[in-house]
Amino acid sequence: MALWLRTWQLGVKSLLLHPMRSLLTVLGIFIGVASVIWLLAIGEGISIEAQKQIEGLGADNIIVRSVKPPSEATTEIRGPVPYGLTRAEYQILVDTIPTIKSALPIREVRRQFKRGPRLIDGRLVGTTPDYARILRMEIDQGRFITEADMQYNKNFCVLAAEVAEFLFPYENPIGRKIQLPEHEQFFQVVGVLKPRTATAAIGGSLDAQEFNKDIYIPITTLQKRIGDQITVRRSGSFEGEIVQLNQITLSVHDVGQVLQTAEIVQHTLAPRHKAYSDINVVVPLELLEQARTTRLMFIVFMGLIAAISLLVGGIGIMNIMLATVTERTREIGIRRALGARRQHIVSQFLVETIALSIVGALVGVVVGLACPFVMTQVRLGLEHYRPDLMESLPAVVRNVTPVIVPESIPLAFVISVLIGVVFGLYPAVRAAYMDPIEALRHE
Amino acid sequence: MISTTSSVSLAASIQDLHKTYYLKGETVHALRGVSFDVPMGDYVAIMGPSGSGKSTLLNLLGCLDKPDLDRGRLLLGNDDIGRMNDDQLAMIRASRIGFVFQSYNLIAQLTVLENIQVPLYYMGRLGRKERQRCRELAELVGLEHRLSHRPSQLSGGQQQRVAIARSLVNDPYFILADEATGNLDSVTTAEILKLFQRLNDEGRTIILVTHEDDVAQHAKRRVRLRDGQLHSDEQTQNRIIL
Ligand SMILES: Nc1ncnc2c1ncn2[C@@H]1O[C@H](COP(=O)(O)OP(=O)(O)OP(=O)(O)O)[C@@H](O)[C@H]1O
Ligand SMILES: [Mg+2]
Repeated sequence: MALWLRTWQLGVKSLLLHPMRSLLTVLGIFIGVASVIWLLAIGEGISIEAQKQIEGLGADNIIVRSVKPPSEATTEIRGPVPYGLTRAEYQILVDTIPTIKSALPIREVRRQFKRGPRLIDGRLVGTTPDYARILRMEIDQGRFITEADMQYNKNFCVLAAEVAEFLFPYENPIGRKIQLPEHEQFFQVVGVLKPRTATAAIGGSLDAQEFNKDIYIPITTLQKRIGDQITVRRSGSFEGEIVQLNQITLSVHDVGQVLQTAEIVQHTLAPRHKAYSDINVVVPLELLEQARTTRLMFIVFMGLIAAISLLVGGIGIMNIMLATVTERTREIGIRRALGARRQHIVSQFLVETIALSIVGALVGVVVGLACPFVMTQVRLGLEHYRPDLMESLPAVVRNVTPVIVPESIPLAFVISVLIGVVFGLYPAVRAAYMDPIEALRHE
Repeated sequence: MISTTSSVSLAASIQDLHKTYYLKGETVHALRGVSFDVPMGDYVAIMGPSGSGKSTLLNLLGCLDKPDLDRGRLLLGNDDIGRMNDDQLAMIRASRIGFVFQSYNLIAQLTVLENIQVPLYYMGRLGRKERQRCRELAELVGLEHRLSHRPSQLSGGQQQRVAIARSLVNDPYFILADEATGNLDSVTTAEILKLFQRLNDEGRTIILVTHEDDVAQHAKRRVRLRDGQLHSDEQTQNRIIL
């Protein structure tokens, strides 16, 4: 039998002499290792979540949105309040900024859609044919709106999956008509989209986009048939507003141009919206930065917890090993008399601390791997009992699904073994440098 | 250093040996120039009043400590113990010296067989042959049925026999026994002395520290220390052979 195997056997044996003590010793290491795995898993989850959201919005996009100004700012205006982006501004942006590859004007109105007895609340989106490509919409049946539809102000519409399913549960919607009761308009369905996951709101500046209740029509048709002025019922009274465009989605040729272009857009539009703040420029790429910061903060925070537990764990190990060394002074003397070199004594005690920290690491890894499960449970629990608390969390945190980073497991092991070595070395060396004669005399 | 016995090989050669302890400004001269040779196959009883330096001498012979370097020297074979470093001393302890202590000094967590194996482990030799040898040694001391027992399950005499088996496992130059029978009753003492005698008959060198004349009477030779110096060194008269 190899000698090192004997050493290990011996180490494990003497640890098992005090199982409770050994387990308590291991607690700090266990918490440390578990938190290392957790922090990396959650960090990775945040990363992936952010990436997904950015992808949904498009990293090379700049989104300019109209924002309804606060009512205090518009008290002087009687009647419907005009605000937001205009078609003229759209034209200016397209004409004057060369880095813009394409620009997507969007007008959206909350409306009701009717088919026979079935009525659904949804979003009427007026846009251009580019919309489907830029927002990566996939066609399920039929087609998206075309240039020709735009040109002739056609009353054609494309339905998002959920609307189609609701209004046409038994028949193929293509070629059929739906009604907008609020405007006494009829639209003929020319296409149906595949379901699309919503992009969550990030940073509070962009509302969550729930694409599945949308109905798309040519923006020209919307302007002509419905117009810029919309009346919405709000808490009993009617409020009017005049909006030409709710959003312009700009994409640039190269991701590198995003930030610079966004700045130019901001400068171009700012003088035209001095009266009150009614536009907002959102750069998904900046949201990526935000997500990075969130993730970094999280990793620093959890890293601190991990470091403290590992330190405490290490000190615990050192403490217990010092006690063990004192307790076993006589044995050390005997072994030295029988020919043990200092290195033998060092390795004997070091093996024990390493064995301890490996056990801690093992338990830590098991608990660490349970992270995604535990997080899901916690989230479900929070959603159920404290929805308000959930609401207050940033979206990236709210939606995060921890993803175990495979490297974190060997990393955790290496860290805990290192802890074992670092904190076990002093007691072991102390044992090895005892005077054998004194040690033999020890009671 | 009258070395007329050059034809007989020496287990140890003690030449003007000094050992001084320095304790908080106080110096204790535990050994003050002791000289004698221990030929192979000898059986020496070291006697003397308490504090005369018996244990000190034995610890030096056992390479647990180093003598004063400025005077005299201690040779084991050709090795000058004063010039060895800690690792070399450990190697010598592992391979050439057998210890038997007054308080047995077995390792409590280990079984009888494992205790006997410990020195082999530090010599780096623990093969099949050596394992077999450990069993044979256990048989020699009459404990072949107790191999997997723990020291706490054995009587004092049995524990001391395990210690003797352990001291033999590395085929040592000599066995050092410091008051090996000090904790035992007269019957058990006789058993252990019988074992020593048998080992000596087989050619093993034994150096025994004792207070008791009865015990010393079993050795071939009696060395007396007084105040760290050699007081007398004579062959045993009327040696008891068991
Ligand atoms: N480590 C030490 N430090 C200081 N002095 C020591 C040390 N070891 C022994 N001595 C001193 O050296 C002298 C000899 O001690 P030693 O233990 O060799 O005596 P001994 O003959 O074995 O006595 P006993 O019969 O009581 O065992 C004593 O005066 C003792 O106090
Ligand atoms: Mg003594």
